Amino acid sequence: MDALRDVFGDYTLRSIALGAAALGVVSGILGCFAVLRRQALLGDAMSHAALPGVVLAFMLTGSRAPLVLVCGAALAGWLGALAVLAIVRLSRIKEDSAFGLVLSVFFAIGMLLLSMLQRSGVGGQAGLDKYLFGQAAALVTADVLTIVALGAVTLLLVALFWKEFRVLSFDPAYAASLGYPVRALDILLTSLIVMAIVIGLQLVGVVLMSAMLVAPAVAARQWTNRLGAMALLAGGFGALAGVIGAVISATGRGLATGPVIVVSISVLVLASLTFAPERGMLAGWLRQRGNRRRHATDDGAHP
Amino acid sequence: MSPHVEIQLIAVLVAAACALPGTFLVLRRTAMVSDAISHTMLFGIVISYFVVRDLASPWLMVGATLTGVLTVWLVELLTRTRRVHEDAAIGLVFPLLFSLAVIMISRFAGNVHLDNDAVLLGEIGFAPFDRLTLLGIELPRAMWVLGGILSANLLFIGVCYKELQLSTFDAGLAAALGFSPALLHYGLMTLVSLTAVGAFDAVGAILVIALMIGPPAAAYLLTDRLSHMIGLGVAIGSLSALAGYWLARLLDTTIAGAMATMVGVSFALVFVLAPQRGVIALLRRRARQRWIVAQQMLAAHLLQHEGTPAAADESRLSTLGEHLRWSPEFIGAVVHRAEEAGMLQREGDTLRLTERGRALAAAAMTR
Repeated sequence: MDALRDVFGDYTLRSIALGAAALGVVSGILGCFAVLRRQALLGDAMSHAALPGVVLAFMLTGSRAPLVLVCGAALAGWLGALAVLAIVRLSRIKEDSAFGLVLSVFFAIGMLLLSMLQRSGVGGQAGLDKYLFGQAAALVTADVLTIVALGAVTLLLVALFWKEFRVLSFDPAYAASLGYPVRALDILLTSLIVMAIVIGLQLVGVVLMSAMLVAPAVAARQWTNRLGAMALLAGGFGALAGVIGAVISATGRGLATGPVIVVSISVLVLASLTFAPERGMLAGWLRQRGNRRRHATDDGAHP
Repeated sequence: MSPHVEIQLIAVLVAAACALPGTFLVLRRTAMVSDAISHTMLFGIVISYFVVRDLASPWLMVGATLTGVLTVWLVELLTRTRRVHEDAAIGLVFPLLFSLAVIMISRFAGNVHLDNDAVLLGEIGFAPFDRLTLLGIELPRAMWVLGGILSANLLFIGVCYKELQLSTFDAGLAAALGFSPALLHYGLMTLVSLTAVGAFDAVGAILVIALMIGPPAAAYLLTDRLSHMIGLGVAIGSLSALAGYWLARLLDTTIAGAMATMVGVSFALVFVLAPQRGVIALLRRRARQRWIVAQQMLAAHLLQHEGTPAAADESRLSTLGEHLRWSPEFIGAVVHRAEEAGMLQREGDTLRLTERGRALAAAAMTR
């Protein structure tokens, strides 16, 4: 009990846990749309694409303030998303290739800039590479406040456009026939996902951010067929994994927060896939066995 | 050979080795598998390291390659439960394996030189320092490894060319003819995995993706023939790699990053300028189509009213805008083009179809 109180009384840990929980809620809810629209890898592509934005923002302003870097990341991630849309719309190249191409080329440009920066000997760039794997341990109150504020704005917009996003996700053709500006909504939703990613970069880094979008949504999907419930559950799963990850990495020695959060959320996914009441594999197996028994006895009764 | 020449040779070998299996990834719409494999390799390397306890052991490469195949299998396993789509399955599997690898490194191998950053980046510039003598010839180890992988890729694609072609473009027919799609698929994935593992030493995990997908995607916009696409992919990849090497020397920066950046530049050029499938060609085709449709509509309109009492009213240039709901400028331009094409003649304010225009209008209406 004392250990538990120590853990939660710890100021640094409280910041990290709060930040991770905020990230979990935001990315969980937005991830639902990404997963339902089969754009699960959008997060992966855009989080890698954000890297050159982070480095350029630092090169141009010389500042490492979270808000400056976040703006750079958002701009680059957004450009990456637009590049994917343009490639898919204007050529016969399919989404998977467009994702892979944008992801790797943007990331490469980021590495190119970072390496130039490091070799030119400009001071103060140390720590930019923490964006690769996240720097949860270095989170301070200002960072957490930025995360929470950005997350709140993002979620507010999701709530405002809830109905439109729902139709867009399940039946874009119907959305168009209702007179919704489908392309504008598409861009807005993509921009919100970019915001979620930007929030996550500081915590889990570009490599693991895709899991934060995909995993909570997949776990939540197994428990319900309703979008509203799925979004709430995904937000809850995301927050839970965030807090668990923060606590474990604080108590364990030398464990990075990002990977631990990802392992926690993966365990939640596995449990949901197995034990969810209707869609779960255990339920499916039991149902199948029940059917087989019933057929067997039916056959016996009426040869 | 000077180190500079060796680095450029290695760069070309990497690009060529990656473009070969990459062509099939792009065509089979499984490009993101390369993303997943390039991340999960780390897991295989860590596990193999714990077994053999030697960072230079070739078993690390075997372990990493097997992990790539394991990744593909896990993604398929998840997809087959029909509870997760393939893209989401990829997004679940690779972060998990990557995270486990990072945790194991930081927990149990803190004092070993197994660096996350090195895995993601790689530095081809160091390749000439690590040398290996085989058959009495001393070359950089990377050259031997990548040369071997390139040969394996060429061999596999050469031997199974017809089967790969068939199963890529018509998987159902391939299965019906008795080729095992699963066997070919896993053969190809083993190759992708092996190539990624061999290449990541030189260019790092993320940049392998650029070299595997970028050049074949660009080639896909230039040709419809599989054999040409493979050749063009290798050529575009090699040229980008060389251009990247010189860009890196110019800017004093990472060679691998510059190579992948040049892949992006090559793709962008092809994307915009490709003769038939480029953006410029596409926009021009769309504009031309718009004029053709407008001319057909005009001709059809005139033909419809030819010989009817309303004909005089309907074929006057000054009133056409109202009937067809076109702006005066647009009408002027359409009439001008139709006149030049010999579809109609202007007599003062009245438009008359020529024989040719009548035939075209009739054809457009019956189609």
